[in-house]
Amino acid sequence: MLKWLEKNLPKIVMAPAVGLIGWFVYGFVLWTLYISFTNSKILPKYELWGVGQYIKLWGSRKWLIAVDNLLIFTALFLIFCVVIGIILAIFLDQKIRAEGVLRTIYLYPMALSFIVTGTAWKWILNPTLGIQKMFIDWGFENFTFDWLVNREMAIYTIVIAGVWQSAGFVMALFLAGLRSVEDEIVKAAKIDGANLFTVYWKILLPMMRPVFFTSFVILVHISIKSYDLIVALTQGGPGISTTMPALYMTQTAFHKSQVGLSAASAMMMFMAVAAVIIPYLYSELRRENAR
Amino acid sequence: MQGSLQSSSYKQLEQKSKYTNIFLRWFLYFVLILFASYFIFPLYVMIVTSLKTMEEIRQGTLLTWPSGLNFDSWAVAWGGRGYGAGDTYLKPYFWNSIKMVVPAVFFSTFIGAMAGYVLTKWRFKGDKWVFLFLLFGCFIPYQAILLPMARTLGVLGISNSVIGLVLVHTVYGIPFTTLFFRNFYVSIPSELVKAARIDGAGFFKIFFKILLPISKPIIVVTVIWQFTQIWNDFLFGSTFSFGEAAPIQVALNNMVLSSTSVKEYNVDMASAIIAGIPTLIVYVLAGKYFIRGLTSGAVKG
Repeated sequence: MLKWLEKNLPKIVMAPAVGLIGWFVYGFVLWTLYISFTNSKILPKYELWGVGQYIKLWGSRKWLIAVDNLLIFTALFLIFCVVIGIILAIFLDQKIRAEGVLRTIYLYPMALSFIVTGTAWKWILNPTLGIQKMFIDWGFENFTFDWLVNREMAIYTIVIAGVWQSAGFVMALFLAGLRSVEDEIVKAAKIDGANLFTVYWKILLPMMRPVFFTSFVILVHISIKSYDLIVALTQGGPGISTTMPALYMTQTAFHKSQVGLSAASAMMMFMAVAAVIIPYLYSELRRENAR
Repeated sequence: MQGSLQSSSYKQLEQKSKYTNIFLRWFLYFVLILFASYFIFPLYVMIVTSLKTMEEIRQGTLLTWPSGLNFDSWAVAWGGRGYGAGDTYLKPYFWNSIKMVVPAVFFSTFIGAMAGYVLTKWRFKGDKWVFLFLLFGCFIPYQAILLPMARTLGVLGISNSVIGLVLVHTVYGIPFTTLFFRNFYVSIPSELVKAARIDGAGFFKIFFKILLPISKPIIVVTVIWQFTQIWNDFLFGSTFSFGEAAPIQVALNNMVLSSTSVKEYNVDMASAIIAGIPTLIVYVLAGKYFIRGLTSGAVKG
């Protein structure tokens, strides 16, 4: 008995982590999957009801708006974060004075919660006393900036705040990537007569493929999960114009009491994330095995 | 003749490239500073707004410097106005967050350290799959576990309590903490452990005497990461707690959204700063470790 215990001690120590994750992650996802096949309203019911909730979901205008918003947000969020992140990383890589200070400034939003970020931007973007008033007081009397309360434009205010929060992170990833490249490669290219632009465009950026990939995965994953920022900035409004899947899920479950439907929307989110993450984990694992 | 012509045009070229270089340098700094102002702008606005009176806010613009150091709205945000019902302020929720963060960070870090230790130094068949099994937990959208979690917390009788949130944050922190420790211990030579095993040191002795003393950097990275994540969490806090057990981010959101009285932007901004200050301080003091957590375990926003 004691011998068995000694021999299996590592596995026993490992058990809590595996057990907790097995139950609270995998078990719960399966549980949610099951609920999504039932006709649960306020409380979960356990008779199977088929795929009715999924049909209902994809027929719901609000959900379609949420998916639409997610696509717009993800595309813009990705493009701006990556472009700004790369520009900042390359520029910072030019032996800049006060690099440390600048880096700290670019990255500090990552330390703040989305609620704090949303609260700050909500105040800045509010049409009565915010940016609009600032420009009017500066003499641009016809200046209007009412995106926050404009159905068509409100989604872009979420992009502004989201990029503000996450661009520095992409910068950090690329800066670390650029710094890990051997100096020799750059020197050799310069001796061959390549200018700085060519060095980056033709040599260094193509070498950053894994960093692009990582940034892509992480940013898409952040955007699918984005919830707090919308709650703090627009609460899905005006109307339902800035609803996104994560917000749809919680509202459907806890305000509309349609547990089955919200489970279906949660499973759609889960599948979207899995579609991005599983190839990523697979490639990471292969890279590690290759080492 | 030919030679001198060549050299003079070469000089011109050099001169020209020198000017382009100076120009480029200025351009570089201009762009970097431009972006720096974009990033610093909201923080600046938050601070100055929190120091103004509502009168000043209505008269000036976002950028106007406050007339003095007026911490009244900070006092209101932190301690309220003292009129009983309906007076929400952050102080009690700040303590809720502390009570939630400290145990959750401790437990998740400890479990992750143990798991990372086993996965690298006591390898067993299929350990790679176990790691992958845990790692996937970093990425799942929490919406997919909210409903069962709400039910489970209800059954356990700890819904709407700080203890419930400690459990939730401990569990969903384990994938990250395991990842950090596993990646750290993988780089530590296994010979160290083998030698100790031959000397008769057991499982726990090796961990506490050999690995733990050299784990300081990764403990710092993990603790900072977990602290930031849990402090900043809103989804779990707002789903599993309401009223008195709410953590600070939920309270901040409720305060800002409450539309019972005239909007007081200065109090809102003071509240936002109070809710953000602990993680900001950690970031400023230990930015190096914060960034290491972000980039090495780079998985979560």
